[in-house]
Amino acid sequence: MTDGIYLDNNATTQVDPEIVTEMLPYFTEQYGNPSSMHQFGNKVGHAIKKARGQVQDLLGAEHDSEIVFTSCGTESDSTAILSALKAYPKRKEIITTTIEHPAVLELCKHLEKEGYTVHFLEVDGKGRLDLNAYQALLSPNVAVVSVMWANNETGTLFPVAEMAVMAREANVLFHTDAVQAVGKVPIDLKNSKIDMLSLSGHKLHAPKGIGVLYLKRGTRFRPLLRGGHQERGRRAGTENAASIVGLGMACELAMEHMAYENIEVKALRDRLQEGILDAVPSCFVTGDADNRLPNTLNIAFEYVEGEAILMLLNKDGIACSSGSACTSGSLEPSHVMRAMDIPFTAAHGTIRFSLSRYNTPAEIEKVIEVIPGIMTKLRKLSPYWGDDGPKVDPGAAFAPAYS
Amino acid sequence: MWDYSETVKEHFFNPRNAGEVVEANATGDVGSISCGDALRLQLKVNAETEVIEDAGFQTFGCGSAIASSSALTEIIKGKTLDDALKVTNQDIADYLEGLPPEKMHCSVMGREALQAAIADYRGEEWKDGHEEGELICKCFAIDAVMIEDTIRANDLSSVEDVTNYTKAGGGCSSCHEGIEEILTKVLAEKGIEFDPEAAPKPQVAPFEEPTSDTPQVAASGLTSFQRIKKIEEVIEKVRPALQADRGDIELIDVDGNKIMVHLVGACAGCQMAGMTLGGIQQQLMEELGEFIHLVPVQKKAVHAVAGA
Repeated sequence: MTDGIYLDNNATTQVDPEIVTEMLPYFTEQYGNPSSMHQFGNKVGHAIKKARGQVQDLLGAEHDSEIVFTSCGTESDSTAILSALKAYPKRKEIITTTIEHPAVLELCKHLEKEGYTVHFLEVDGKGRLDLNAYQALLSPNVAVVSVMWANNETGTLFPVAEMAVMAREANVLFHTDAVQAVGKVPIDLKNSKIDMLSLSGHKLHAPKGIGVLYLKRGTRFRPLLRGGHQERGRRAGTENAASIVGLGMACELAMEHMAYENIEVKALRDRLQEGILDAVPSCFVTGDADNRLPNTLNIAFEYVEGEAILMLLNKDGIACSSGSACTSGSLEPSHVMRAMDIPFTAAHGTIRFSLSRYNTPAEIEKVIEVIPGIMTKLRKLSPYWGDDGPKVDPGAAFAPAYS
Repeated sequence: MWDYSETVKEHFFNPRNAGEVVEANATGDVGSISCGDALRLQLKVNAETEVIEDAGFQTFGCGSAIASSSALTEIIKGKTLDDALKVTNQDIADYLEGLPPEKMHCSVMGREALQAAIADYRGEEWKDGHEEGELICKCFAIDAVMIEDTIRANDLSSVEDVTNYTKAGGGCSSCHEGIEEILTKVLAEKGIEFDPEAAPKPQVAPFEEPTSDTPQVAASGLTSFQRIKKIEEVIEKVRPALQADRGDIELIDVDGNKIMVHLVGACAGCQMAGMTLGGIQQQLMEELGEFIHLVPVQKKAVHAVAGA
């Protein structure tokens, strides 16, 4: 799709064509197993080493051996949390937050059923944590803290560096799911107390199916997959060589574009926000607008439903995401919006715009032009909407029979 | 993105009868804002003839909710109230050339809005008998409330039982963990611990996999003709009960121990469909004295079966 406007980069990204070119020889020419002794394998081994260094640079890791390639962000998250529980069998508590990605949230809920105590830190209306509440939970009973670096829906950043220091002082392992943050905000792990970090290739223009678990030297670790000696026995299974090469290149490009992302992409995002808020009544930005990813904008459009918005946007070639229940087939809107206490009439109408360095000012202007018409059309259908604004006391004006 | 039919998309992009109705004399508000679907249906009913002269809707909801509302108003305009009440959620779904299983509730909401509006017109109180739980089995659209109720009503204790009674878990198997969680919860109410290896309840007759050497008539001892007649008799017997709930069942085909039926009207897509089928299957097994499997088939599949 070349003529569409893609604003769903927190879901996944286009693989940079330069990266594809870099990867291609590893399918048909350099196809050897890096573990093999012959020339076919040897070159692949060198390519993986180079990629490991490129990831190390982007993360600011002290050693390249701290980089463990996995199959995806979810695998990295599971590996990190389950490893901590195995490595500290007497510790039966986990600290996380209510707004984690399902990769962490669902795993923690499952572990609860297996007998672990999970503390889900709550957030305020802007999606911010209370660090005093966090401090109070840290104890020798906690095996691991897992807190996302940036929220995938709102882009809100958590103070993970500070939280990692607090965990270290309490002698507790600290893991962060940084899938949304890596490549978008500068990261310097060697000067942090973060023990483990997950990243996913396809969020930063590398292909799907490749991820990384950063493991600070000295961190107690138990592998999820056992078998071969790949990744120094920390993640068995033949290396996904082509994708590892692609991820390495993607990390290098992300480093090069870090300033662009935080100046130009951010400016486009801010223009989009301003344009929409100026043109559409009854809508607001969710999350912590002053402290979020440079590429992410989440707006709640009140009294309309997200899937309907997405279908109309799609008709104009614009791709975004929504926190409505209907888009996922579940009965509740996004857990992130509920955790921030966004009312149902707004939570179902949340739309996430997530940009990348490939977006242009013309695309952003087009979206700003299209959105008001979509809202007018859908609000005309809404039982909560009057002639030119929400009905007075919308909750009383329309109170359906069951809920 | 959902796999919506062209008709659903068309009704979503160009909804018919959207907005308030001037001189409306009946209003039905249904839905749940927490689920993200709510609908206000307004009718203008001729007091003499009880004909719906105009219908309009306002919907807070997804694409299929808006399309279902639009379809409903098109279907009922010009009908008398009594005729309109015969409109089922399946009629709405059929009008739209089908809805994904997760979205069938949108058509149910349309039907309920109609009932509520007519009750409003007649000065009756409309009560919603509708309780919807989390969708557990996506293959057969069975939700948690139905699974819980069926476990309680029939003292079920295994996933196989739940599949036999509700069909939940009989497809891709991905919901077995969810069904086990429900079993654990319901059995705990009676102080019983869920045993993953518990044997399922015995079937009426032992299951015999028909092989090419096994004559189809052997299990029941009836000829094919007698057997099909018997099946028809049972189906005819249950129809009045279903029709009373504005549903119906149609015998489509018999293939070995599989009896293909089409649930019509209120039965189709209804969260109770699995339970209804379970009951009819039980009656058929008792009458025939053999294990049979009652398989609900969709309109499209019906043609495939009929054409085969």
